[in-house]
Amino acid sequence: MSQIDDLFTGLRSAGKKAFMPFVTAGDPDLEFTAALIQELARRGCHLFEVGAPYSDPIADGPVIQASYTRALAKGIRVPAILEMLGGLKDVSAPRVTMLSYAIIHRRGLEQFVIDAKAAGVSGAIVPDLLVEESEAFAEICQRHDFSLIQLVTPTTPRERAVRIAQLSTGFLYYVSVTGITGERTELPPSIVDNVGWLREQTDLPICIGFGVSQPEHVKMLAPVADGVIVGSAIVRQIAAAEERPRADVIQEIGDYAATLLAALND
Amino acid sequence: MNDPSPAATSKTPDERGRFGEFGGRYVPETLTRALDELDAAYREARVDLEFQAELESLLHHYVGRPSPLYHAQRLSEKCGGAQIWLKREDLNHTGAHKINNTLGQALLTVRMGKKRVIAETGAGQHGVATATACARFGLPCVVYMGEEDIRRQAPNVFSMKLLGAEVRPVTTGSRTLRDAINDAMRDWMSSVEDTHYILGSVVGPHPFPMIVRDFQSVIGREARRQSLEQMGRLPNLVVACVGGGSNAAGMFYPFVDDPNVEMVGVEAGGRSGEPGQHASPLTYGSPGVLHGSYSYVMQDDDGQTCDVHSVSAGLDYPGVGPEHSYWKDTGRVHYTSCRDLQALDGFDALASLEGILPALESSHAIAKAMELAAQRPPSDTIVVCLSGRGDKDAAEIARLKQERE
Repeated sequence: MSQIDDLFTGLRSAGKKAFMPFVTAGDPDLEFTAALIQELARRGCHLFEVGAPYSDPIADGPVIQASYTRALAKGIRVPAILEMLGGLKDVSAPRVTMLSYAIIHRRGLEQFVIDAKAAGVSGAIVPDLLVEESEAFAEICQRHDFSLIQLVTPTTPRERAVRIAQLSTGFLYYVSVTGITGERTELPPSIVDNVGWLREQTDLPICIGFGVSQPEHVKMLAPVADGVIVGSAIVRQIAAAEERPRADVIQEIGDYAATLLAALND
Repeated sequence: MNDPSPAATSKTPDERGRFGEFGGRYVPETLTRALDELDAAYREARVDLEFQAELESLLHHYVGRPSPLYHAQRLSEKCGGAQIWLKREDLNHTGAHKINNTLGQALLTVRMGKKRVIAETGAGQHGVATATACARFGLPCVVYMGEEDIRRQAPNVFSMKLLGAEVRPVTTGSRTLRDAINDAMRDWMSSVEDTHYILGSVVGPHPFPMIVRDFQSVIGREARRQSLEQMGRLPNLVVACVGGGSNAAGMFYPFVDDPNVEMVGVEAGGRSGEPGQHASPLTYGSPGVLHGSYSYVMQDDDGQTCDVHSVSAGLDYPGVGPEHSYWKDTGRVHYTSCRDLQALDGFDALASLEGILPALESSHAIAKAMELAAQRPPSDTIVVCLSGRGDKDAAEIARLKQERE
């Protein structure tokens, strides 16, 4: 049982849902990222998705892409990110990394998993690694009890969605919209039906991300999801840390997360 | 290497879109359904005689094919060795080989019932060819182009707009082809239900490398036939420039099963072999993942894509088509590179000796062919793919010449 499995088992028995913030590692620097994760953990966030910046993101919208560009310009690379995460001894919430397969491949599949585990990382979300191409990496992840979280989208045919669910570990990531990451005013109402259907096909926890940013979204998704993931809305606020006192920005993101947490589990 | 690599075959890719170990699909899940649909539509179209007849008719009456195979006598004399022949893709409608692919993919777009087209472009030739094909079929078209390339290729930007396309400047990263591909893929992520992405080279996720190669293979099929007719035999050597590698793939593929024909791919050697000063992943790079496929790329130790440089906007790309990686590793094609200044010399030679202004991309192949011709006997023949014409590069060449002086 990985740390993620334990988390969802506990949440399910308590009738609660997971709130998972996404943060770009190293924007504006790794000290800020560490402080932000600590604050969000103090506020009760259950799981962290830590994005490793990549030079050529395809699934990400302008907010996260710009954040990656800022982090890369400061020389942020995977070894330093893992060192920062390994130093977060006071944060008990599990964390997963979100990164391109280009980075994992370059580092070596097994070496990456070994290093990530040593830094206390429980799993990985690899948006450009399709289930057909993931066999070798999935085998390594399984051997190291490291979760490989796969994605299902609104364009995924149902038969394929079932197959993806069977091959995913930790949780299943349901992408709410046909498109890239970024805040939306409204989420398509079909999500509830789609995830409801998926719910009947798998016992795996299902978390919903892409476009989620408002308490209303969270309330809409809570009945069918095991958790929600919020990225761009947080990363957009991080961008302000360049010009404003960092403590203020961290406090404000903490306040924002608290409103979503309240909407999710009330 | 101790173990000899298996010999290359033309029976590529396999069902998973692999050329040997290269290729595949490394894209977000959102795009898989569209890629599956495209694969199925193309496999049907490929054996549909009506589709093939329509494409052939367009290539003949609209593009002006077959393009000539021309014996460049004065250029050959100047080199003092093998005879150089030019496959004149520069004489195609819109001035480059790119039109072969865009007409094929536009026909596929109509066949799949998609209502909108997006594309990316570096030098602008693929953008112009896509805008042309879309105008011909009445499809709305958006072309992504890096700001740096917009500066370098102003005439093509103007042409695209005249043809009714919207040119969207890309302001991220190096503001070149690679960033334009990122933005086009991001657009496709949101519009995949009704939009077809006409990818411009033999790169990207399966089935794109196969589709683009097949549409471009008309170059090599004609060159092969014309060689037999005009020279009475196959050439000893075939040369083409390689950025993403579509003109080269189209030229090489029909010769893969002819063991006596040697092939040379010429990458952009830029200013030097130092990182960031060239765009030669097959010469200096290593296998990795970029833009949806596994192929040779220019990456740093962390897997981040490196900046690259070429005098030619069309070659200024840190990756290459997966089939070229396969041909490299099997030894079927030899890849080398040519520096910016050598390419300029190739341009000057062809202009002054043959009255042909080649594209800067093609000038790389010309320069390398001149070098190779000089090392071979006059009885040898070299066929060079003259992939496009140089009008678009006139301002950039003027600037470079001034810089050189």
